[in-house]
Amino acid sequence: MNIYVLLKRTFDTEEKITISGGKINEDGAEFIINPYDEYAVEEAIQVRDANGGEVTVISVGTEEAEKQLRTALAMGADKAVLINTEDDVENGDQFTTSKIIAEYLKDKDADLIIGGNVAIDGGSGQVGPRVAELLNIPYVTTITKLEINGTNVTVTRDVEGDSEVIETSLPLLVTAQQGLNEPRYPSLPGIMKAKKKPLDELELDDLDLEEDDVEAKTKTIEIYLPAKKEAGKVLSGELNDQVKELVHLLHTEAKVI
Amino acid sequence: MTRKVLVLGETRDGSLRNVSFEAIAAAKTVAEGGEVVGFLLGENVSALGAELIQYGADRVVVVEDAKLNQYTSDGYAQALLAVLEKESPEGLVLGHTSQGKDLSPRIAAKLASGLISDATAVEVAGGNVVFTRPIYSGKAFEKKIVTDGLVFATVRPNNIAPLTKDESRTGEVASLSVEIKDLRAIIKEVVRKASEGVDLSEAKVVISGGRGVKSAGGFEPLKELANVLGGAVGASRGACDADYCDYSLQIGQTGKVVTPDLYIACGISGAIQHLAGMSNSKVIVAINKDPEANIFKVADYGIVGDLFEVVPLLTEEFKKLKVHS
Ligand SMILES: Cc1cc2nc3c(=O)[nH]c(=O)nc-3n(C[C@H](O)[C@H](O)[C@H](O)COP(=O)(O)OP(=O)(O)OC[C@H]3O[C@@H](n4cnc5c(N)ncnc54)[C@H](O)[C@@H]3O)c2cc1C
Ligand SMILES: Cc1cc2nc3c(=O)[nH]c(=O)nc-3n(C[C@H](O)[C@H](O)[C@H](O)COP(=O)(O)OP(=O)(O)OC[C@H]3O[C@@H](n4cnc5c(N)ncnc54)[C@H](O)[C@@H]3O)c2cc1C
Repeated sequence: MNIYVLLKRTFDTEEKITISGGKINEDGAEFIINPYDEYAVEEAIQVRDANGGEVTVISVGTEEAEKQLRTALAMGADKAVLINTEDDVENGDQFTTSKIIAEYLKDKDADLIIGGNVAIDGGSGQVGPRVAELLNIPYVTTITKLEINGTNVTVTRDVEGDSEVIETSLPLLVTAQQGLNEPRYPSLPGIMKAKKKPLDELELDDLDLEEDDVEAKTKTIEIYLPAKKEAGKVLSGELNDQVKELVHLLHTEAKVI
Repeated sequence: MTRKVLVLGETRDGSLRNVSFEAIAAAKTVAEGGEVVGFLLGENVSALGAELIQYGADRVVVVEDAKLNQYTSDGYAQALLAVLEKESPEGLVLGHTSQGKDLSPRIAAKLASGLISDATAVEVAGGNVVFTRPIYSGKAFEKKIVTDGLVFATVRPNNIAPLTKDESRTGEVASLSVEIKDLRAIIKEVVRKASEGVDLSEAKVVISGGRGVKSAGGFEPLKELANVLGGAVGASRGACDADYCDYSLQIGQTGKVVTPDLYIACGISGAIQHLAGMSNSKVIVAINKDPEANIFKVADYGIVGDLFEVVPLLTEEFKKLKVHS
């Protein structure tokens, strides 16, 4: 089976966010594989191990995403592809990223494409369904279970806490929700092997794309941090009185009840 | 510039979801005086058209088909694309719900348009329609505009105030017939887990429990409090991982994002990944026995104490308040 994983490099979930020069400050920040994409890598490896085939992990970004791609290779993916946009595209959005990914995938005969349901930085959740539409294949988002039987696929989808059991078929794109699996940690031998696995680097030229073809349709005009919250009121005194005071405050001061 | 803006009236169990009224309010801003057209998909939904109009839509288009009774990406996309073709709007607004998240990127890709997802505010400024949306899991915000084509956005539930319902408003509710072809993904079964009680993402009050609740049974006092306040129960990943509750309740970076009027965190330490899911709530109350717990840093009000003592007392006190008002 020919399996592709869409992987985004993102800020570590522990990172505090600061802004400098109107942009999110990346200096000294730790980067990780977007947590949902870790589920995607794990699922792809499991599907390959059960059905045979190959797992290729792709990322659109800069050279720095190599590190996260190597981690995916160390987990057990077979190949990685970095589509480096650093020199070609100045402003990108989800339209840009999806177009690039779809252009790369269009002649790859992918059976299964797995992405994360949302990136914890950009947070739009657009890239998976956009790519599926551009490739004209079905998709199921926020999945928590995937069963493949020949070309028939049964997926469980999380719908705001309820689940739907959906029947569909390959080729298919799915996006991972928490609960899909427990991503493995790269093993030491895995890390050693990953160093020798192929990691190709492509540019827009290699995909026959011009900068104009992928020009963003939206633009960020301002980035800012939420207003600093003033320290809250920690109540004191008899517990009974604290509770009375809290209800009173919520009713009269905060006016939420 | 005036725009014609289309808005999805999203239904759940036969009624319209609040987020649809919020989407109409957003669409009004995007329209800049232009027409706001609601659309409804499914059988026997046209009766809901009047309500969309009372909340500000000028008229409503209905696509009635049994294949649209349940949301599927294929069915809804076909219907929506047909409505878009018929109406040629300059704007489109959906709720950032499970449906909106699933459907909107596909429509955007089909139309080769931009899409601003998960907007929490919209305004017209400097000749542009400007959307505000959280990024980095709510640790920052960006203001974004569409530079080319359709002004297309999804709005986060509970953030944009709906217009006041005006029962005297009337308008046309017309049906459009669309042939819905094969669905490539078919729903075989729906397992309901979350929908007992109030929907978490739309709830005005959320009572959340963490590892401090200590057991599945420990959630009972929280449920009682939620009942009294007409709220929903949520949880930290700590509580989910410990199997005290279902993952469908998880709030945070890898769970749901909620922005209720009132969020009460019980026995939750306030890890940064949890804050990502609730820090934009209007008022936050923390109940924790550790005065040093991080949750107090984001709380508007805090009680240092044992949640098993505090929560039942709170429930009683709120009951009294309800009786008096
Ligand atoms: C050339 C270029 C320039 C850009 N410039 C800017 C900029 O100036 N400002 C700015 O804010 N953003 C910029 N971006 C990033 C862009 O706006 C989005 O962050 C990106 O398209 C993904 O959207 P998202 O973060 O909402 O991801 P989502 O749509 O939420 O991601 C969902 C899933 O899609 C997949 N996915 C997402 N992104 C990628 C990726 N890059 N590679 C592989 N798989 C992916 C993953 O599986 C992920 O889990 C640029 C992107 C490109 C390609
Ligand atoms: C990639 C990643 C993603 C994550 N995503 C999420 C997410 O989406 N959501 C999430 O919540 N977490 C998430 N986490 C986990 C997060 O880091 C924390 O581990 C988790 O939030 C802790 O849950 P907790 O506060 O319930 O537990 P703890 O940190 O153990 O805190 C329990 C609290 O209960 C208090 N307590 C104990 N007994 C009582 C009592 N009787 N009365 C009052 N207080 C009491 C204690 O003082 C303590 O503060 C994520 C982590 C990672 C690495």
